[in-house]
Amino acid sequence: MHAAVVVFPGINRERDMAIALEKTCGRKPRMVWHKETDLSGIDLVVLPGGFSYGDYLRCGAMAAQSPVMRAVRAHAERGGHVLGVCNGFQILTEAGMLPGALLRNASLRFLSMDCHLRVERADTDFTRHYQRGQVFRAPLAHGDGNYFADDATLDRLEGEGLVALRYATPDGAIVPEANLNGSARNIAGIYTPNLRVLGLMPHPEDLVDPLMGGTDGKPLFDGLVAALAA
Amino acid sequence: MAQQVNQALARQFGLSADEYAKVLAIMGRTPTLTELGVFSVMWSEHCSYKSSRVWLKTLPTKAPWVIHGPGENAGVIDIGDGLAAIFKMESHNHPSFIEPYQGAATGVGGILRDVFTMGARPIANLNALRFGDPALPRTRRIVDGVVRGIGGYGNCVGVPTVGGEINFHPSYNGNPLVNAMTVGIAPKDRIFLSAAAGIGNPVVYVGSKTGRDGIHGATMASAEFGKDAEEKRPTVQVGDPFTEKLLIEACLELMATDAIVAIQDMGAAGLTSSSVEMAGKGGVGIELVLDQVPQRETGMTAYEMMLSESQERMLMVLRPDRQDVARAIFEKWDLDFAVIGHLTDTGRIVVKHRGVVEADIPLDPLAEQAPLYHRPTVEPPKPAPLGPVADPVGLAAGLMTLIGCPDVASRAWVWDQYDSTVGGQTVKRPGGADAAVVKIEDHARALALTTDCTPRYCKADPEVGGAQAVAEAWRNITATGALPLAVTDNMNFGNPEKPEIMGQFAAAIRGMAAACTALDFPVVSGNVSLYNETEGKGILPTPAIGGVGVLEDASKAVGIALIPELDLVLIGHSAGWLGQSLWLREVAGREDGPPPPVDLAVERRNGDFVRGRILSSTVHACHDVSDGGVLVAIAEMALAGNTGVRLLPEPAGVPPHAFWFGEDQGRYVLAVADSAALLQSAAFAGVPAVRIGQTGGGDLTLPDGGTISLPTLRAAHERFFPAWMNGPATR
Amino acid sequence: MIKATVTVMLKDGVLDPQGKAIGHALHGLGFGNVGEVRAGKVIELELAETDPGRARTQAEDMARKLLANTVIESFKVEVA
Repeated sequence: MHAAVVVFPGINRERDMAIALEKTCGRKPRMVWHKETDLSGIDLVVLPGGFSYGDYLRCGAMAAQSPVMRAVRAHAERGGHVLGVCNGFQILTEAGMLPGALLRNASLRFLSMDCHLRVERADTDFTRHYQRGQVFRAPLAHGDGNYFADDATLDRLEGEGLVALRYATPDGAIVPEANLNGSARNIAGIYTPNLRVLGLMPHPEDLVDPLMGGTDGKPLFDGLVAALAA
Repeated sequence: MAQQVNQALARQFGLSADEYAKVLAIMGRTPTLTELGVFSVMWSEHCSYKSSRVWLKTLPTKAPWVIHGPGENAGVIDIGDGLAAIFKMESHNHPSFIEPYQGAATGVGGILRDVFTMGARPIANLNALRFGDPALPRTRRIVDGVVRGIGGYGNCVGVPTVGGEINFHPSYNGNPLVNAMTVGIAPKDRIFLSAAAGIGNPVVYVGSKTGRDGIHGATMASAEFGKDAEEKRPTVQVGDPFTEKLLIEACLELMATDAIVAIQDMGAAGLTSSSVEMAGKGGVGIELVLDQVPQRETGMTAYEMMLSESQERMLMVLRPDRQDVARAIFEKWDLDFAVIGHLTDTGRIVVKHRGVVEADIPLDPLAEQAPLYHRPTVEPPKPAPLGPVADPVGLAAGLMTLIGCPDVASRAWVWDQYDSTVGGQTVKRPGGADAAVVKIEDHARALALTTDCTPRYCKADPEVGGAQAVAEAWRNITATGALPLAVTDNMNFGNPEKPEIMGQFAAAIRGMAAACTALDFPVVSGNVSLYNETEGKGILPTPAIGGVGVLEDASKAVGIALIPELDLVLIGHSAGWLGQSLWLREVAGREDGPPPPVDLAVERRNGDFVRGRILSSTVHACHDVSDGGVLVAIAEMALAGNTGVRLLPEPAGVPPHAFWFGEDQGRYVLAVADSAALLQSAAFAGVPAVRIGQTGGGDLTLPDGGTISLPTLRAAHERFFPAWMNGPATR
Repeated sequence: MIKATVTVMLKDGVLDPQGKAIGHALHGLGFGNVGEVRAGKVIELELAETDPGRARTQAEDMARKLLANTVIESFKVEVA
């Protein structure tokens, strides 16, 4: 698997992502500066977490306009895989590549804690190493992770099976208490219709090493490596 | 517009009559406004340490692993594997009282710059916070703003906030303390210093533009500014963590080249202190042309530019042949880059603006004749012995009170707003262990980091309190299995012109020095914050200690969380010391007696023993005994692991409440599978050890038969912060 | 030079927790007559432009492309 991690100014989890990718696929990802436009030879493009452009104006709004995003969109249109985590998810929605928007957390506070995520389908390249309904743990760290879309969009996402992950209790219940940031229908991550673009708020890349408290996030990367082995 | 420079103005600038006389003698003429500004900030308490320097010099600062001690932007120690840890703690107390969010945020930004200016990538932030009485609405507003500010800045720059401490006491009502600490890592042969060198070399300004932020307030109130006064009032400094993040990346990229001769961040008194210190340390002169300074506002004067405290700026001396390389890097990161002067052989700082020489000061006398005061001290009186104190409520009620009191209650509400995992190297998050443990990327080793001070001890007996703060930092690092290496200190005190305050300062330093020496734990950097007084009432003396230790193998680190079917063993001697204990204050309602004595030889012996056991991989969890004594320590361990404990009867000879809530020093609770082996090796090492409980189940069962379920205990522990912060709005 | 002011508000129907919190706080301070509160942002643009109509068109274009996220936000442009 040839992965690229896009570096926007203000991104800060690009190193975490690079470590997770190298650990799982044995190859360092290409770090792509936001002014570059060439993604040839890349299987997986990752938009990592952080505060691109300080998250000033709106989270991800300015990064969504940067030159590299034209290439990312073209990559996705070719059927390429894209993973957007946290700020990356916000950028994907701001760029219109995923529907909806990420609003301020319902508590109006930045949240940094572990959450539990229920895998809604296990037949995608991102989740093939999980089971359907499996719950895994991942740190989240964001101020604006409250997923919003209008009811028609939410219904369509659910109807087409495009909800990837939901905030859940450790035993898999989808209840308000587990919905830490107030997201619509507990949605933590969504796919594009071809299931090749995933945006999610939590950080599986920060839980791939027992030393850091667990390996719950590792199957996501292992699955991608298996799917995209070149 | 021209302001008359005279003694009255000098006084407004904070210079005494004697100090102004010295200025006149050095200059041989009346200084210009800009010159007066330079003298006033360089000779301020903040920059010159004029009241504290004589005492700071008595602290031990050397060890074989110390690469740079106090005097640089931050302390530097060798941590093995060719790496250096670079760290410092600094206060932003007053700004955080005026504007809590920005005050705390810019405090974090400032200390980050102190560390990355030396070539380190920051890998962890910590803090030490003291607030006033929670019953005051203002306290809540300040806590909310400070926590948001620390998170807002640290989260955005992508440096994990991994640890810290919070105390409440009415003495901080008008003087909250916000002490921020940053720890960074660099190759030990790639440390960047601030001493300028190379006559003719360009002086380069990078980062944000300069505005009128935080300029010395005194002059602004004077009439000469007329109707513009409102507009020109000093403004609160506003932090821009996004620019700081770019600055970190750009500086580290440039530091990988050989372009930099010297570099210093523009902190307090911005361009003045950075240029004066760089040239002074290098023994060269410096000429600045302020027209070249990137400016955010129009019509700024030389005085304003020299004294501006705009954030996210750095000053560098570059090799002239590498100027283009440097410019390209900063332009890539969209940061201002301007050559604003050059080094000279005159030994003077010359500041030009619009073709006029606005300042021309000889650097040597500016530094060498800086005031140095041996302020009078009064030895703090030793507190009278406490005498016996009866237990008014029993163990269970005492524990429930302590576990929920503001100084012990769960800090999760605070930590949950700090990104503690960014970087992917956080082995022990806040609350997971006595010290935060952060692994070093691409290495097996990790740093253990903590901040500590017990102000109520320091108030009762500053010498014991100073020693205790150092010992507790050492102990917290030890309790993770790490070897403590060095400290940074942040001395927060009242008005140094009062002999009793200076007496507290001197005594605290004496205690710290003794502890640092005995524990091989030298001071490598630090900061002093004086005049923390409101209406003549000073804060509790608060010498906050930031400690750094190293674990060669990060996987050996232990935390405090219990698992079932282990024995709990208490290491260290328990005399049942209740003087100045939290139990005495919260349960018996008294702040009284002497604090627990710190026997440094015992401290070291017990700690070295505990560390050895942890590194032999026979200890599952370890927690030092501090606020609230053994019972609070065990309750915290039980909650962290969601595992109950059945306690054994306390040893004979000490009243139960004194045994379980006493705060004797040098003690640890260890959770082990084989307590017999531990007791045996402790006996062999001459370390007091006693088995005090067993883990398992869902209750904390007390030796007197009382039982508290973990959910009940947890509810009491976790109630304070959310209930307080989400309470009804008040003005 | 023309100044355009872009006011960006969350659309009706999009939950505004910030506005809700402000309203809650105002009630706590005794301002019992406060009904719904909505929080938005104001962006002031200095445009090198002399024609107010063109300035407005440009500002609206900027609002659609960047200043507002029309999935959740509506905007209003004023030209002075």
